[in-house]
Amino acid sequence: MLRVSDLRVRHGRIEVLHEISFEAKAGEVTCLIGPNGAGKSTTLWTLAGVLRPTGGQVWLGDQDITAISPPAVVRCGLSLVPESRLIFQGLTVHENLRMGAFPRLSVDKAGVLEDIERVLEYFPPLRSRFEQDAGKMSGGEQQMLAVARALMARPQMLMLDEPSLGLAPLAVEEIFDIIRTLHQDGVSILLVEQNVEWAVSFAQHVVVLDLGKVSFDGDPAAFKASDIIHKVYLGTTNSQVND
Amino acid sequence: MSLLTDIVQNCLDGIMVGSSYALLGIGFALIFGVLRRLNLAFGSTILVGVVAGSTLQRFMPGHPILVFLITILMTVVAGLYVERLCFRAIRQDAALASMVSSFAIWMQLEEMVIQTPWSQTYAYPYPPPFATDSLEIAPFLIRTDYLLMWLSTLVFMVLLTWIIYRTRFGRVMRAVAHNADAARMLGLEVHRVGTQAFLLASVIGGLAGYLIAISQQQVTPFFGLWATIKGLIAMIIGGMGSIPGAIVGGMLLGVAEIQADWFLGAEFRELVTYVLLFAFLIFKPGGLFGSTVGEASGSDAQRA
Repeated sequence: MLRVSDLRVRHGRIEVLHEISFEAKAGEVTCLIGPNGAGKSTTLWTLAGVLRPTGGQVWLGDQDITAISPPAVVRCGLSLVPESRLIFQGLTVHENLRMGAFPRLSVDKAGVLEDIERVLEYFPPLRSRFEQDAGKMSGGEQQMLAVARALMARPQMLMLDEPSLGLAPLAVEEIFDIIRTLHQDGVSILLVEQNVEWAVSFAQHVVVLDLGKVSFDGDPAAFKASDIIHKVYLGTTNSQVND
Repeated sequence: MSLLTDIVQNCLDGIMVGSSYALLGIGFALIFGVLRRLNLAFGSTILVGVVAGSTLQRFMPGHPILVFLITILMTVVAGLYVERLCFRAIRQDAALASMVSSFAIWMQLEEMVIQTPWSQTYAYPYPPPFATDSLEIAPFLIRTDYLLMWLSTLVFMVLLTWIIYRTRFGRVMRAVAHNADAARMLGLEVHRVGTQAFLLASVIGGLAGYLIAISQQQVTPFFGLWATIKGLIAMIIGGMGSIPGAIVGGMLLGVAEIQADWFLGAEFRELVTYVLLFAFLIFKPGGLFGSTVGEASGSDAQRA
């Protein structure tokens, strides 16, 4: 479904992604992991059209979405829930959800209402806060709203950047339960997550980024069997750790 | 008792005069709120509108509605000219470049008004559409032109509140004002929203310009400077980018000016304005409805 081929990105004069390639299949959870500074968020922001690549190609299905504008990426069916959530704090939950469906807001009013009901089924706490300012909600609820808002665009693939960041353990569990439910309902997910154990536990595909390069691409079983996590996070091998 | 009557009378006058400052402040706040950039040319775009209105009256007297519409239309045209040159053409994260270029366009528009073939060195006449008089509601006197200014502003503020909080356009504008990056990622055309904010601010500026011109019955080429100063101070007192803040800031400025005019003399009117501005900058830099300066610059950094 999502194919990234030889993608290169620069921050100023420094190249931070060096020809990375991977594929995220339809209906699967693809987990993109790696230490801080590996280029995970840069990858997502580039796929979302916010950062412009200096090389490579991105395909969503049969559409070439390389370097198109963020609104165009959303219209093609790829939505990002960024690390800092970026919800509209001064707008109500209801208004935030409507903004998520912006491209079809004026042409599909009934569909937007149906979708609001559909996403509220996934996030019951948002229903009771429907007309409340989003900025007055807890971190966990704001994260739920960020995911719900992205779902309002009816994405073919949802990209989640560290959804557990800064949340209390109970809220983290709640968010991961929702992600699991979304996946069971057939939503394709590209997940960036620091909590590797959690992420790999329900991913079907793991991609490891290290210093802007793909250092592993395979299924979770192969990932667990390899010593890549020790190499990438600790700079050592499994056998060295055991020694 | 007489002192109290004077104070109340001054407050009434101040609120009515301040309503025009509030409109100018809203214009600044709308642009700053949505684009996070300061448009110093806002006052000069209004100057273009009111001079066009005055010129029309000179050549075609007796068409007040046409004058009103031309004042607003020409303010909008000048506003969109500023938007194209100083905001759309300049990168979004280059706020200082936008502000400096808007200063250059301010000078350009002012010079353009002065250099027009029908230019005059004295004030441009701007006769009101009706005979101005005062209503007596004992013990107070209310000038009809001030009352018109206040009522028009009130109606427009109700309309603006409805637009901002009840329409799709308003929701989108608030979303962009809160977080332009998030808005862009959701598929909102942020540039288009910026242009629409400019359009709305220009309509508000044109309305303010018309109301002020018929009250003062004249316009000088320095009207742009005056409108920029009053609008900026109203916005700074209320809080950068806050529309309710601009309303309260404008009214407060109006009341302070009229009280100073009455009790201290006309020569102290402007002095009190700047004392009020400096008092806010020192003791409440975020304004009445805004955040602190540190928080404001933090959010700017996030946007960039």
